Amino acid sequence: MIILWTDALIYILVVASFLAGFFISRKPHFQRPLKKISASKTGMVSLLFLIFFIVIGLLDSIHFKETEGRTREIISLLDYVAKPLRMQNEKTYSAPFSAYLYSKEMVEEDDRKIVWGYPRLKFGGSHLQNPDQEGLADVFNKAAVGFAKGAGLFILFFVLLWSYLHDRHKYLLKGSTAKVVWATAFLLISTAYMLIYLSGYYHVLGTDKVGEDVFYQAIKSIRTGLVIGSLTTLIMLPLAIVFGIMAGFFRGWVDDVIQYIYTTLNSIPSVLLIAASILMVQVYMSNHAEDFNSLIVRSDMRLLFLCLILGVTSWTGLCRMLRAETLKLREMEYVQAAQALGVKQSTILIRHILPNVMHIILISVVLDFSSLVLAEAVLSYINIGVDPTTYSWGNMINGARLEMARDPVVWWSLLASFVFMFGLVLAANLFADTVRNAFDPRRTEQGE
Amino acid sequence: MIQYIIRRFLYALPILLGVNILTFILFFVVNSPDDMARMQLGHKHVTEQAVQNWKHQQGYDLPLLWNPQAEASEKLTETIFYQKSMSLFLFDFGISESGRNIGADIKQRMWPSLSIALPSLFVGLLVNISVALMMVLFRNTYLEFSSIVLCVVLMSISSLFYIIGGQFFIGKLLKLVPISGYDTGLSAIKFLILPVLISVISGIGSGARWYRTLFLEEVEKDYVRTARAKGLTETQVLFKHVLKNAMIPILTGVVVVLPLLFMGSLIMESFFSIPGLGSYTIDAINRQDFAIVRSMVFLGSVLYIVGLILTDISYSFVDPRVRLT
Repeated sequence: MIILWTDALIYILVVASFLAGFFISRKPHFQRPLKKISASKTGMVSLLFLIFFIVIGLLDSIHFKETEGRTREIISLLDYVAKPLRMQNEKTYSAPFSAYLYSKEMVEEDDRKIVWGYPRLKFGGSHLQNPDQEGLADVFNKAAVGFAKGAGLFILFFVLLWSYLHDRHKYLLKGSTAKVVWATAFLLISTAYMLIYLSGYYHVLGTDKVGEDVFYQAIKSIRTGLVIGSLTTLIMLPLAIVFGIMAGFFRGWVDDVIQYIYTTLNSIPSVLLIAASILMVQVYMSNHAEDFNSLIVRSDMRLLFLCLILGVTSWTGLCRMLRAETLKLREMEYVQAAQALGVKQSTILIRHILPNVMHIILISVVLDFSSLVLAEAVLSYINIGVDPTTYSWGNMINGARLEMARDPVVWWSLLASFVFMFGLVLAANLFADTVRNAFDPRRTEQGE
Repeated sequence: MIQYIIRRFLYALPILLGVNILTFILFFVVNSPDDMARMQLGHKHVTEQAVQNWKHQQGYDLPLLWNPQAEASEKLTETIFYQKSMSLFLFDFGISESGRNIGADIKQRMWPSLSIALPSLFVGLLVNISVALMMVLFRNTYLEFSSIVLCVVLMSISSLFYIIGGQFFIGKLLKLVPISGYDTGLSAIKFLILPVLISVISGIGSGARWYRTLFLEEVEKDYVRTARAKGLTETQVLFKHVLKNAMIPILTGVVVVLPLLFMGSLIMESFFSIPGLGSYTIDAINRQDFAIVRSMVFLGSVLYIVGLILTDISYSFVDPRVRLT
């Protein structure tokens, strides 16, 4: 097993979020907002989608060296599972579910005649004798079979779970939210299984310029999006929390210095700061080429750097909010009382201030996630995002953008990245809204 | 008032100095000028002589911070830091690595940037505020609920898709306006319609939601209840009282971004090939022209600080309770 830098950080993040979840769920004043989230239908359904994406991203974060094959590349668990998708490359573009290539070539027909036409694909629809006539029917047939299989799988597990939950945790099955969540899970898993089943026979979302399966690219991009959205917050949180609380609590020169730092950083347009830093990373990498010998290690380092830089540019907003809140909190009676009783200042910070700004931190983490995923695409378009060899939605859009001018239009790469990105961002946005409504004290008063 | 403004400008100096030091560290300390020369000239097979020539040409062959060989005050001035970073304070941007005068380029490219950024901002503001007002007017109805959902959906679409989709459907399929390009004078209008339209649409989601929360906060206040109690209709209350009072945060929010409009929008300009500062920056990033990136960083931070000062001043104009001392 090989642990890349981002992998290690992802594991840390998973452990940290479990710990944070455990900590939060035990605190009495978090019970009410948590209950509110779990009662919200949009919140739970979007959480389900997020978990689905996260599971795929985690599968893609366990790397090891291939045991067979000439090159012995570093692959992830997801690559291993999706081996057919990864290996079955065509020559160039092909439309979704098509059995023919996008461009014309000299084709040898059965009777040894050479014709100028669309050649058959090597893998997509190769089981068909006569794709023109049976193609569509076969697709629907296979889709139905795949969906039924997925549904069967889900029902099997559901029945097992049901027998367990029925006696002890009835609320997990009976409530109106629970029903919606289970129905969504059913559709999600059946559709996912259907797509996996279909992709064994066809290129579900077509192939790209070098003949790589677009469905595979879109799935691989999930990890990049999640890493950008989550690791950046991991990097920015300590900065924002420590500086924000210290500035608000100690005031005086500490406050001045910290305010100076964040005004300076904020005043630089973030795109330019990112561009400058990425340029520097590129120069550094090209001068220390021997340290980054493997392609995957290099693109991983660049991804990490990007998160680092995004983190440095984006902590200022949260820092300012935390500073303002701490300024308010330090004048509260209970903090004054603690000071009068001679409690150490570090203890006051951790015991009294930190838990009371937790909701601000939580809200800003979920709110930032979706904007970071969107930012990745834009940055990749300007060539200052992830490495061009990394699978990401930004790179997919960038590659497919110019193909809109072709005739017939090559739309499938764009559509794939659009659908996947939209799914992740929409789920994140809806979930963020639910979290904000539940935790923001001003909103809870209005709502109830 | 004037005293206050002068003091704020003096406060800005240490911040700009900080920006300069940061860019200096990024561009000259993390990577030596030798590295940059190799990068510009091609990685391998570069003779030492070629590297020295390039450095001399760009003025990078001086010591970084302190020149022990020079005389008296020139010990400080004959250095890269002084010549490349401090000269920015006088808005002397120097020569780009491809040999063009950066200051002249910026002056020339500023106008196309503005001609797209200003209409986008004001049309966008108008649309966002009216949508938000409609949402507040019809609050607690299905109309509001569905428009909130629509806003979240619009927010979740990447701006790249708005641009690509707009160019494809309006530019290519319907052939209403040219897909991209720019022209001087009035004939530029037909090139500007599509980018402005797209940036307005892509901003509706987050903008309308933001203004809606502003209006909702205002709607719950006492003076609104008084206005209703006097027998004003809901529309009168909204347009006469709520809108007027919500203008304070709206105006100050707009004032902050006004100076930054000069910088242009990076992706808009490069997609529609408008020769503004945004595409200038992108070209510089792609060509790895460090001199231009450095100047743009400085210009951006100056404009940001100007924006902050303008915000404070505009506060004192729209809100009589705020006094600047």
